[in-house]
Amino acid sequence: MSGRSPSLRLGVLTHGAADMKAKVYVTLKPSVLDPQGKAIQHSVELLGYQGIKDIRQGKYFEIAMDGFSDEEKARAEAMRMAREVLSNPIIEDFRVEIES
Amino acid sequence: MKFGVIIFPGSNCDHDAYHVISKHVGQPVDFIWHRDIDLRSYDAVIIPGGFSYGDYLRAGALARFSPVMNSVNEFAAEGKLVLGICNGFQILCEAGLLPGALIRNRDLHFICGHVNVRVETADTPFTHELKEGGVLSMPIAHAEGNYVCDDATLSELRRDNRIVFRYCDANGEVTEAANPNGSRDNIAGICNRERNVMGLMPHPERACEDLLGSSDGREVFRSLAGVLATAA
Repeated sequence: MSGRSPSLRLGVLTHGAADMKAKVYVTLKPSVLDPQGKAIQHSVELLGYQGIKDIRQGKYFEIAMDGFSDEEKARAEAMRMAREVLSNPIIEDFRVEIES
Repeated sequence: MKFGVIIFPGSNCDHDAYHVISKHVGQPVDFIWHRDIDLRSYDAVIIPGGFSYGDYLRAGALARFSPVMNSVNEFAAEGKLVLGICNGFQILCEAGLLPGALIRNRDLHFICGHVNVRVETADTPFTHELKEGGVLSMPIAHAEGNYVCDDATLSELRRDNRIVFRYCDANGEVTEAANPNGSRDNIAGICNRERNVMGLMPHPERACEDLLGSSDGREVFRSLAGVLATAA
């Protein structure tokens, strides 16, 4: 069965629900120093790359999801996960995109 | 009094902590697997150093979701003593039991060596047998020990005298040169508002025998045991 078929599992799945992908970007807050980004910047400048003002390193997550009847429900779940697990709100911000 | 040392997958200073409690403090101590949730028989728990869950995601981030951590939250709320060392400090911050976060060291390297820390307050169960202003030599071994917090948190920590240890030189001067990892305000250890939860990056449990280069760490455990003996 392809992943796009309506699922027969109980509970969360809705007829016609499609696979979706959540893309979560976690970045350090602007106020937090990023020694890794600075080291990368230093190296690329040594290599001769021009016009580099700043490099900040972050994290990227791809989350395959299914069983959500619409994008907003999937987004809400991904946002919750990003807030509670994938990021640390003391030092990081996050952004969520949903692809269906 | 009874101590517990929590073991997560990837903890690696659990035996050191156990050894110090049984040999130097001379009190009963158990290992507590991270799936165990019953802490009722303990008076103090130690969250030891190591690399719980491989430091995946962020140091300490995944350990926070282990079953035992709900019990640690309740344990702390009851006023019982919780000591987080190194990775244990990172876990306590991720769990919200201590404020702030520990990020990559300023110079990116994993640092392993002895540092000096100054005792900033003797008003905690972990330091009450220490002299304020005294200098302890203890080892550090971490890549994410750079303590960060916002201005409001730092003011609160200062105001409430909750900064317990700061990195300093051999004379007790808190200087930028003595700051091994870039920690804000040279912070090496802090406690919570109620003062029963402390986290620190240096390893007192690895500084309990002269053979290991320092026995300064013993006083931390003696303080702890002293408080528990008085309470009993």
